[in-house]
Amino acid sequence: MCLAVPMKIVELKNDSAGVCELDGTRYDVDLSLIETPSLQEYVIVHAGFAIEKLDEAEASARLELFEGMAQAYREDETGPAGEGE
Amino acid sequence: MNVLSDERILLGHGGGGRLTRDLIDNEIVSRFGKGPLQGLPDGARLGIAGGEIVFSTDSFVVAPLVFPGGDIGKLAVHGTVNDVAVSGGTPRWLSLALIIEEGLELARLRGILDSIAEAAKECGVIVATGDTKVVARGQCDGLYINTAGIGEPIEGLRPDIKKIARGDVVIASGPLGDHGMAVMAAREGLGFAQGLRSDTAPVHRLVHAAATWAEDVKFMRDPTRGGAAAVLNEIVEGRDFGVVVQETALPYSPQARAISEVLGIDLLHVASEGRLLLVCAPERARDILNAWKNLPEGKDAALIGRVTGDKGRVLLETAIGGRRMIDVPQGELLPRIC
Amino acid sequence: MKYIDGFRDPDAARYLKREIGALAKRLAAAERTVRLMEVCGSHTMAIARYGIRQVLPENVRLLSGPGCPVCVTDAAYIDAAIALAEQGHTIATFGDMLKVPGSGRTLADARSVGGRVKVCYSPMDAIGEAEENPSREVIFLAIGFETTIPPVTAVVKAANAKGLSNISFLTAFKLVPPALEALTTDPEVKVDGFICPAHVSAIIGSDAYVPFVEKHEVPCVIAGFEPLDILMGIKGLLEQLLSGEPELVNQYSRVVKKEGNKAALALMDAHLEPADASWRGIGTIPSSGLKLRPQLRRYDAAEKFGVRLEGGTPDSRCRCGDVLKGKLLPPECPLFGKACNTLRPVGPCMVSAEGSCAAYYKYSR
Ligand code: SF4
Repeated sequence: MCLAVPMKIVELKNDSAGVCELDGTRYDVDLSLIETPSLQEYVIVHAGFAIEKLDEAEASARLELFEGMAQAYREDETGPAGEGE
Repeated sequence: MNVLSDERILLGHGGGGRLTRDLIDNEIVSRFGKGPLQGLPDGARLGIAGGEIVFSTDSFVVAPLVFPGGDIGKLAVHGTVNDVAVSGGTPRWLSLALIIEEGLELARLRGILDSIAEAAKECGVIVATGDTKVVARGQCDGLYINTAGIGEPIEGLRPDIKKIARGDVVIASGPLGDHGMAVMAAREGLGFAQGLRSDTAPVHRLVHAAATWAEDVKFMRDPTRGGAAAVLNEIVEGRDFGVVVQETALPYSPQARAISEVLGIDLLHVASEGRLLLVCAPERARDILNAWKNLPEGKDAALIGRVTGDKGRVLLETAIGGRRMIDVPQGELLPRIC
Repeated sequence: MKYIDGFRDPDAARYLKREIGALAKRLAAAERTVRLMEVCGSHTMAIARYGIRQVLPENVRLLSGPGCPVCVTDAAYIDAAIALAEQGHTIATFGDMLKVPGSGRTLADARSVGGRVKVCYSPMDAIGEAEENPSREVIFLAIGFETTIPPVTAVVKAANAKGLSNISFLTAFKLVPPALEALTTDPEVKVDGFICPAHVSAIIGSDAYVPFVEKHEVPCVIAGFEPLDILMGIKGLLEQLLSGEPELVNQYSRVVKKEGNKAALALMDAHLEPADASWRGIGTIPSSGLKLRPQLRRYDAAEKFGVRLEGGTPDSRCRCGDVLKGKLLPPECPLFGKACNTLRPVGPCMVSAEGSCAAYYKYSR
């Protein structure tokens, strides 16, 4: 289960409430389950609650890995022995 | 098993999906389905002395009455104007019927009527007749509006779902689902009214732009309730072809995408109120796309799919190269957590 | 969408598809067909939404486990919620629950005959509803796995702090690790590797699976819900099967920590205690649920209204139990797509959008 989306914290209110942003849309998010939320950090939001922080370094490392795969694939495709999808 | 759902109208019967379809087929078409209502076009073409008219009607119930990007008044004008336009008519006259709940603030009503006047002017239609009823508190939700529209046929333009053939292509005039997502966000009070606006707008200029190639325009429809999925499924229903849609080609606004991810809703099921889906012969796609892209309301137009061999099915070719069915929505759209 | 779109890159997916194909070939050479189970319904949903099954080689089969708290909610629970709505209380619920049939009817049916049902995006909405209507009881349908339990518990805490007396919770919380354990010990269930849930794991932490992996020596990968995450997870499981060294790999390290979310776990512990739970289609699994601690019983709707959560009779023809255990693929159920479809679901797996049967029905007929 558990639809949850990474969003950026753009405002911290009192009482562990905050506002998070995703592509120009803003959401009131309860941050009480996050130990030390800070501005500009990414959190995973489920049912109006941030349930965990997103580690940007880890995320970027993964993205880089995937970018590398994508590039490797494209090179193989355009190369002489392209496999064809 | 579901004894009660067999006996009563559920909210889902109004959702534009399969339940709506069943209700209309079983209860309306069975009684009135011969004559102009046959095939359930958005608007009827009626022969009258000295020519033909295009005739359509639509009722508007929306909560909240005012939402980011529009209000029920604008919707009531655009909805009917668009139904006339996609049926190949130039909208000219509107009727306006109001059902008002006791207690509605006059200022609010004035605001909505002003926006009706403004929208009518923009669309070049005249409000020619009308009616006003007030019902006791609780008998309606603020304000319901019905409009009917009459238009003059555009020469040579006779879109008809039956003209669609294998090899044709499907074009969308712009980002899909903004209206439904904006209203849902406003209604659910999700605290994220910021960011997304309804796309409510007239499509008659888009229709006129495409009419240059009237011969090759097979079919047009505005993907309102039930979203693009409902229109695409209607296209293939009972036919020996299907439609394959390219996920990467689908035009979506970033905001609607964002909200749909958060709420777990498929944007293909979500209503637009100012968009057009058009099916045409493949060799005309480029001309129509170019013509649309020159209009502000068509700047994000895109070729989204093709009519192909898969009998009676609408398939989505996903971004990662998989395939899945695009089904009609099953009634009410609900935010999910799962 | 930052941190979403990059995990859906088509070319990287094609690369992974190729890699998976090569690994599967090596397994096929050893005449092996592998059965991988995605435990979590959101994985099932993503697999269907992106058409992942179609890009996998034939000898790699994906089975859908018990992954959705809506699907595994007992018929008796739905019946009780409908009865409470009929007594005039407001039922506040996640949208997913509206169309689930109990012994016959759904909450949507109850609403059509005047029952008050409020659909919430956040469980916190239930507090607002209770404050706005002080003369009416608001009963929140407190379902969920570990992901959803902390948010709902936060609402219990808030209600308690405000001293609200017209809100209560009908709890049917469920825990994933005990279900995983029960499935693995069921001799009828044959699984070669598990794709472990993303957001449940964000709460409980990757360490929570270590005893399981050590005991059963079965490959486990924690994967995110994006298509590339899932493909990476499958690739990782195949590699483990080839090397013959089963272990737990956390591929969702951008969110899941070893120890999980300590604040959330502490909140749960302060308010909830273990309970046996009845899983629709599977049966009762000891200590696989949570209920409110004694000092919070006044917020327990079952106690408050004397509700019995037993004895519902779901349609006996439904094979959801076998589907949930991965013994049967949805299309193999004789009712699938005929008597049972997303419009008129017979069983709970057809109801929730991420129920195994619904995912199959919607996306891959
Ligand atoms: S298809 Fe329907 S009846 Fe069959 S197992 Fe799935 S939910 Fe149950």
